[in-house]
Amino acid sequence: MAVNRDFIGRTYEYSTPYHVGREKVREFATAIGDSNPMYHDLSEAKEMGHRDLVAPPTFPFIITYRAMVGAISDPELNLNYAMVVHGEQSFTYSRPLYANDEVVVSSTIADISTARSNELIKMEQQVKTTDGELIVTTTNITVSRGSAPSEEG
Amino acid sequence: MSNETIVKVPGFDSVSVGDKIGPTDYPVQRINLVMYCGASGDFNFIHWHERTAKAVGLPNVIAHGMFTMAEAGRTLTDFAGDPSRVKEYGVRFSKPVVVPDDDTGTVVTVTGVITEKRDDKSVVIELTAVSNELHVLGKARGVVDLA
Repeated sequence: MAVNRDFIGRTYEYSTPYHVGREKVREFATAIGDSNPMYHDLSEAKEMGHRDLVAPPTFPFIITYRAMVGAISDPELNLNYAMVVHGEQSFTYSRPLYANDEVVVSSTIADISTARSNELIKMEQQVKTTDGELIVTTTNITVSRGSAPSEEG
Repeated sequence: MSNETIVKVPGFDSVSVGDKIGPTDYPVQRINLVMYCGASGDFNFIHWHERTAKAVGLPNVIAHGMFTMAEAGRTLTDFAGDPSRVKEYGVRFSKPVVVPDDDTGTVVTVTGVITEKRDDKSVVIELTAVSNELHVLGKARGVVDLA
């Protein structure tokens, strides 16, 4: 069954604050094998002018993914999550994400389109502090494999 | 860590369009994927459980796309020195990174090329990422602020 196009333009607020933990930043950096001191060493991060440890560029996906799952799990969307793969991902930073930031996510389904037998769900998400300061905007394309209406239909 | 680890950001005037960064090899073994599962919270079975991966038609366990993106992103952050200099980063996931359960795993080889110097003293870096002779990322590019 095709993904429901009525969802284009819908916005979902994920308002449960996510607290960026220092140890989570270190754990994530270690998992990607990166020993950059800006992720690990508070005194060196501060020496470079940062208020706390810097989160790696792809770290915000942990946060936006939770918000996205909430948005795309509405049964009315007709998305079969077992058939989904990650197509594209991008991050545009307004400022660095720091340990001890407390953030919320706003997610908008920007487009749903057909590419051969697949459908592409484009989602734009904004990660902001609980005070409303924009940190990073992300764009995510989720591929729904084989769900496009057949050409005969 | 030694006292030499404080990071250095390259000067805008010291880099040119066409400058190459790398290639850098990022080894990937099952342990790395298990660690990424825990760090990211994404425990999808296809990233650690061989029977499930094969049952859904994959050749073997595959890396998280976001893990591959993170590894390729190290080419940007190592170039930038201070990772907060990375202002934009985007990729398309074109092929999965297949990670066998052996002592070597696989390797993702990442090369960056500076393709543009902008008036605001940022540079555009295009990335290629190859694993098992396949390009695993497409449209991979970052913008690094060198002002």
